[in-house]
Amino acid sequence: MIPKSVERFSEKIMRMIRGLKRGMRAPQPERASRSNSERAMKKFMIAAAAAGLAIAAIASASAQEKLKVGFIYVGPVGDMGYSYQHDVGRKEMEAKFKDKVETSFLENVNEGPDAERSIEQLVRTGHKLIFTTSFGFMDATAKVAKKYPNVMFEHATGYKRDKNLATYSGRFYEGRYIQGVIAAKMSKSGTLGYIGSFPIPEVVSGINATILGAQSVRPDIKVKIIWVNTWYDPGKEAAAARALADQGADVLMQHTDSAAAMQLANERGVFAFGQDSDMIKFGPKSQLTAIIENWGPYYIDRVQLALDKKWTSSDFWGGLSTNLVHMAPYTNMPDDVKKLATETEQAISSGKLHPFKCPVLTQDGKQVECKGGTHLDDAQILGMNFYVKGIDDKLPGM
Amino acid sequence: MEFVEAVLLTVIAASTPLLLAASGELIVERAGVLNLGVEGMMIVGAACGFAGAYVTGSIAVGALCGILAGAALSAVFAFVTLGLAANQVASGLALTILGVGLSGLIGAGYVGQKIDGAASLYIPYITDIPLIGRLIFGENAFVYLSIALIIGIWYFLYRTKQGLVLRAVGDNHASAHALGYPVLKIRALAILFGGGCAGLGGAYLPLAYTPFWISGMTAGRGWIALALVVFASWLPFRLMIGAYLFGGITILQLHAQAVGLGIPSQLMSSLPYLATIIVLVAISWLRGRAGSPAPASLGLAFVPDR
Repeated sequence: MIPKSVERFSEKIMRMIRGLKRGMRAPQPERASRSNSERAMKKFMIAAAAAGLAIAAIASASAQEKLKVGFIYVGPVGDMGYSYQHDVGRKEMEAKFKDKVETSFLENVNEGPDAERSIEQLVRTGHKLIFTTSFGFMDATAKVAKKYPNVMFEHATGYKRDKNLATYSGRFYEGRYIQGVIAAKMSKSGTLGYIGSFPIPEVVSGINATILGAQSVRPDIKVKIIWVNTWYDPGKEAAAARALADQGADVLMQHTDSAAAMQLANERGVFAFGQDSDMIKFGPKSQLTAIIENWGPYYIDRVQLALDKKWTSSDFWGGLSTNLVHMAPYTNMPDDVKKLATETEQAISSGKLHPFKCPVLTQDGKQVECKGGTHLDDAQILGMNFYVKGIDDKLPGM
Repeated sequence: MEFVEAVLLTVIAASTPLLLAASGELIVERAGVLNLGVEGMMIVGAACGFAGAYVTGSIAVGALCGILAGAALSAVFAFVTLGLAANQVASGLALTILGVGLSGLIGAGYVGQKIDGAASLYIPYITDIPLIGRLIFGENAFVYLSIALIIGIWYFLYRTKQGLVLRAVGDNHASAHALGYPVLKIRALAILFGGGCAGLGGAYLPLAYTPFWISGMTAGRGWIALALVVFASWLPFRLMIGAYLFGGITILQLHAQAVGLGIPSQLMSSLPYLATIIVLVAISWLRGRAGSPAPASLGLAFVPDR
C-alpha cells in the first residue's frame, strides 16, 4: 500500500519536473526590459494593436505615410554586443529618415517557436519591412514570409531567400584573419584560446580564418577551443576564459556576445579581442582590437529602397571593403605588429588577400576543392563544417 | 599543482551563486512552499545589487541591496500564495517573468557599466601556502558567507526549536496549525529568507563573478538552484556538496574541452540535469521503503479556517 501523502508527493514532483523542464527550455528571459518611455510606448502600441483590430486600424491609418520597420533581436539590446550593435544600426537609420519611418523592436526573442509568433506580431501591427537578426530565426522568417507576400523581410546570417525575403550578413572572417595575425605575434606561449558559441558554419569559419591568419606568421601556433553552447551567459563565458588562461592560452578570442571574457583577460593580464562592439572599456590593458559590426549603412540603404518602392530580395555579404565589418583601434601592441595588422587589413579590404586563399587544407591534410578560383567561394565559407590543418581538436557534431 | 588550485578556485567561484540561492530555497521548501521564482529573484537581486554598488562604491551596500530586492520580490509571492492561497507553481513562474522584466528596467541605466569586483581575502604567508592557501584563505566574502549560511541552516533546522517547528509546518501544515503554530507567518518568513538568499546569489554575479551589469546575466542559474534542492533531497550539507558538484561539472567540462578530450560538450553540459533526474528516480524508488525525503506539504496551499 502506498500512503496517500506519498502519492501526493509524487504528483508534486511531477509538477516540479515540468516546471524545471520549462526552465531548461527557456533559460533566456522572456522579452522584457524596456528602458524608456519611447520603448514603452512602442510596446504599448504593439500590445494594443495585437489585442484589437480596431485600434490597429486607427494606428495604421494615422501612420499611413510612415514606413513601419520592425526588428527582432536574439539578445537584450543591453548585451553590449551583437544585439546592441543591431540596435545602434536601427537608431542610425531612424535618425536618418526621421518622420518617414517608424521603428520597433522585440528583444530577447528565443530562436524557437517564439520567433515565428514574434515576427507575425510585427506583421499584424503593420510593419512592412522586418529585419530578423539572428541565424536561428531563419526557418521562422521563411515561413512567415511565405504567408505575407506583401511584407518585406530581411534575415541576417542565413541562406534561405524568397521573393520577399532577402539575406544579409558580414564577412566577419576577414576581421578574424587579422586577429589571428596579431594573436600569433603577441602570444608568448604560442597557444591561443577560443571561446565558441555553437559549432555552426559562421563560427567555424571564424576559427579557421583566425588560425590561417596566425599560421601566416607562426606556422606552429596552437589553439584551444571551448564551446559554451550559448550566445550569452556572462558567467559561463568568464569561466571558459578562466579555463583557457589556466591552461596556458595567453591571447583569448570569443564568438559569444558579452564582455565577460574581455574583463577576465584584463584581470588575468592576458590579451583578448572584443566581439561585436568595442570592448576597450572592459579591457583597457587587454584589448588588441575588436571586430565591430556596423549595420547602420545597410539598414539605411534598404529602407531607402523600400521607401522608393525599389526594394527587391537580394543577398548582401559585406566585409571590410563595405565597412560593414570594421576594426577597433589597434591597441596594446608594439608598432611593428600594429603596422602588420594595418597592412593585412588593407590587403583584405582591397581584395589583394583572401583569408581562405587556396590551397586550404583540412585537418587530415586533404586539399579543399577551390571553387572560387584562387580562394574558396562564398558557399563554401557559408557552409564551412571542417577545421583546417593545425587545429588539434575535433569539431563537435561533425 | 598550481593548475589544480586554479581549477578548484574557478569551481568555487562558479558554485557560490548556486549555493546561495539554493540555501534559501531549501528553507522555503522545508516550510512547505515551492517557489519557482528563484531565477526572477536572482536577476532582480543582481540588478539592484549592481546599482547599489555602482552608486555607493561599496560592495557590501550592493550585496545588501541585492538581499533586500530579492526579499521584496518574494514578498509579492508570499502575498499571493499565502494571503490569497494562489497556485504556487503558477505564481512562481509569474514571479520569474516579472523579475526578469523588472531587472531590465532597473538595470537600464547601468548597461555596460563596470565596477571593481569584491576583493579576496589575503593573509600574508597563510594565503601563499601552495594549493590550499588561496583555496581556503583567499576567497571573497560571498564564499565564506555561503558556507556560513549552510552551517547556520543546518543548525537552525536540526538544533533549534524554531527549526523543528518550520519542518513541522512543511511536513504537515494542518497538524502544525492544530498545535497552535502560525503556519502562514512561518511560511512568510521562510519565503522572505529565501528571497533574500536568492537576491544575494544574484548579486554575487555582478559584484564578484563578472563585475559588470548587462541584462539577463543570471542566464538560468535560478533553475539550476531549484534542481539542486531536489538533488540534495532537502538536506543542507548534501546541498553544499551538490552545488560544488554542479559547479565542478560545469567547469571541468570546459577544461576537458580545452584539453581536447573529444567528449561532446553538449553531453557534459547536460550532466547536472541528468544527475537531478537520477536522484528523482532514486527518490521515488526509495519512497516505499524509507519514506520520502520531501516535505509532505510541499506546494500545497494552506487556508487556516477551512
